[in-house]
Amino acid sequence: MGGRTLIEALAALLVFQLAGEFLVAWSGLPVPGPVLGMVFLLAFLAAMRRVPGDIGPVAQTLLRHLSLLFVPAAVGVIVHVERIEDEWLPILAALILSTILTIAVTAAVFRLVVRATGGEGEADEEMVP
Amino acid sequence: MTSGTSLWVYLASTPLLWLALTLTAYALAYRLFLASGMRPIVNPVVIAAGAIIVLLLATDTSYDAYFDGAQFVHFLLGPAIVALAVPLFDQARRIRRVLLPMAVALVAGSITAITSTVAVAWALGASRETLLSLAPKSVTTPIAMGISERIGGLPSLTAAFVLITGITGAIVATPFLNALGFRDWRARGFAVGIAAHGLGMARAFQVNELAGIFAAIAMALNGLVTAILVPLLVPLLF
Repeated sequence: MGGRTLIEALAALLVFQLAGEFLVAWSGLPVPGPVLGMVFLLAFLAAMRRVPGDIGPVAQTLLRHLSLLFVPAAVGVIVHVERIEDEWLPILAALILSTILTIAVTAAVFRLVVRATGGEGEADEEMVP
Repeated sequence: MTSGTSLWVYLASTPLLWLALTLTAYALAYRLFLASGMRPIVNPVVIAAGAIIVLLLATDTSYDAYFDGAQFVHFLLGPAIVALAVPLFDQARRIRRVLLPMAVALVAGSITAITSTVAVAWALGASRETLLSLAPKSVTTPIAMGISERIGGLPSLTAAFVLITGITGAIVATPFLNALGFRDWRARGFAVGIAAHGLGMARAFQVNELAGIFAAIAMALNGLVTAILVPLLVPLLF
C-alpha cells in the first residue's frame, strides 16, 4: 500500500459514508447511513469497472478484523444486566431458539429454490473442500 | 496508596486507557481463538467483551466512561460497512445467478426470526416491553433500535438482544450447518447473515470469503425487510 493511495482509499470510504449519512438525514429513510454509503461505493465501482487505488486492500483489512469493531457495543450488555437477570429464561430461550431456527429455515429455503430453479450444477465450485 | 489511586483516577479519565485495553483484550482473545484451532465456541468478541466487563465492574467504571475510549474502535464500523461494496463488486457475477433463492430465503428467514422470538418469549412469560424489544433482534443494531422505538420497545435493551443474537449465531452456525449437511457457502453465509447480522457476517468472513459476502448481502436486505415486517407482524402476535 503506497502512502498516498492509502490515505485516498480511507478518505474515499469516509466520503461515501458521509454521503450516505447526509442522504438519510435529509430524506428520513429508515436505513443506516453506512448502508447507503455502501450502495454509493458499489455504484462508483460499477461505473469505474474496477476497484481503484488501495480501496481493495483497505477494505480487506477492515473486513478481516470486523469482529474487533463489535467489542465496544458488546460491552454495552452491562447496562441491562438487571432486566436480563430478571427475565433470563424467556430472553435466552427466545434468542437462542429463534437464531437456530432462522438459520435452518433460511438455509433450507435457499437450497430448495436453488434446486428448483436448476442452479445446482454450478454449486459444485462453492462446495466445502 | 494515595498516589496509586490518583494515578488510576488520571488514567481512567483519558480515552487512551480503555482504547488500549479494548485492543489488547481483543488481541489476546484472538490468540486464544487461533490457539484453539479457530473453534467457534472460543469467540474472540465474547472473551474480549467479557474480560472488559469484569474489569469495569471491578474498578466501578461506568459504560459511558468506557465508551469515551472505545468509541474510536466503534466508529470504524461505519467505514467497514461501506467497504463491503468491494467484495460485493468482486462477486457480482456469482450473486446475480442466485437472485431468486436469495429473495425467497430472505422473506422466509425474516418472518421466522421475528415470529419465533416473540412466540417463545411470550410462551415463557416475558414482559410486554421485553417482547417488543425482542422482535427486531436479528437485524443490525442501528436499524433494530429504530424499529424498537417505533413499536414501543426499549431501544437500548434491543441493542443488548441484538448482541446476544449475533454471538449465538456466530457460535452455533458452523457446527449446526455442518450437522444439517449444508455444503453450499452461499446458503450458509446467507442464513447466518439473516439470523445474526454483523456478528454472524464477521464469523462468516473468518470461515470463507464467499460465505461472508452472502452474509453481508443478507444482513443489508434483512435490515430493510424487518423494518417493514415488524410493525405489520407484531400487532398480529399480541
